[in-house]
Amino acid sequence: MTTTASPPTGAGNVRRGGTLYFGDPGMWSWVLHRITGVLTFFFLFVHVLDTALVRVSPSTYDEVIASYKTPLVNLLEVGLVGAVLYHALNGLRVMLVDFWSKGPRYQRQMLWGIVVIWLLVMIPGTYFMLERTISELFGGA
Amino acid sequence: MAESTTAIALDRPRSPRRPAARRSNFELYSWLFMRISGLALVVLVLGHLFIMNILDGGVHRINFAFVAGRWSSPFWQFWDLLMLWLAQLHGGNGLRTIIDDYARKGSTRFWLKMLLYVSMAVILVLGTLVIFTFDPNI
Repeated sequence: MTTTASPPTGAGNVRRGGTLYFGDPGMWSWVLHRITGVLTFFFLFVHVLDTALVRVSPSTYDEVIASYKTPLVNLLEVGLVGAVLYHALNGLRVMLVDFWSKGPRYQRQMLWGIVVIWLLVMIPGTYFMLERTISELFGGA
Repeated sequence: MAESTTAIALDRPRSPRRPAARRSNFELYSWLFMRISGLALVVLVLGHLFIMNILDGGVHRINFAFVAGRWSSPFWQFWDLLMLWLAQLHGGNGLRTIIDDYARKGSTRFWLKMLLYVSMAVILVLGTLVIFTFDPNI
């Protein structure tokens, strides 16, 4: 295997008993992928149940959906969107590693790329998701 | 595959007389499914989250009337149905992998997977029924 211009940290990858993977950002991206995936799956379970209340009555549905608008749950929604967004971006990265011939070579750069995209989306996204809750909590605006 | 056919005694995992019943492409297809469904879900789920949580007041404008308005359109009904099925199968397959990775006892694996499959079936049937039988004049 030819080593092309790898980042200067390349040699430092071999650590902790000589493994390339353990403790590497690549491993943490995988750990985070699992955690965000499991959390999203559990949320999906609850979310289908709460949506099913539209078959009970409009008022029952509206009462339960009101809990989604409380400050604490609103904050959890930001966490959910962040988790799903990470899972989606990292999933695209995994696909590029699998199917793009240069994917494995650029996996690390792509990881930093998705971190940047995540921040670029989450900063304004968090603002729009919490705008109303915060203005109501603190009485401003 | 250019495998050697000479009669060398190979150790167990590479023995040519592996039971045929264990050979299946299921894991290959599930691997492929994760990528194909994942690609579709990137659009479906991120679109859903953007509309429901960020756009135009986000979660604060959601109520029964809002749902009724959306599901009056076959486009959003189909969107939600496809998203439900792909997300449930994608997530269920992910959890199946996680159970296989971390559950050590055979019986633990079995019962966790049974719990998973039953909950998947409940959510898929319930969700599908809700989308198809939704009545705005309930």
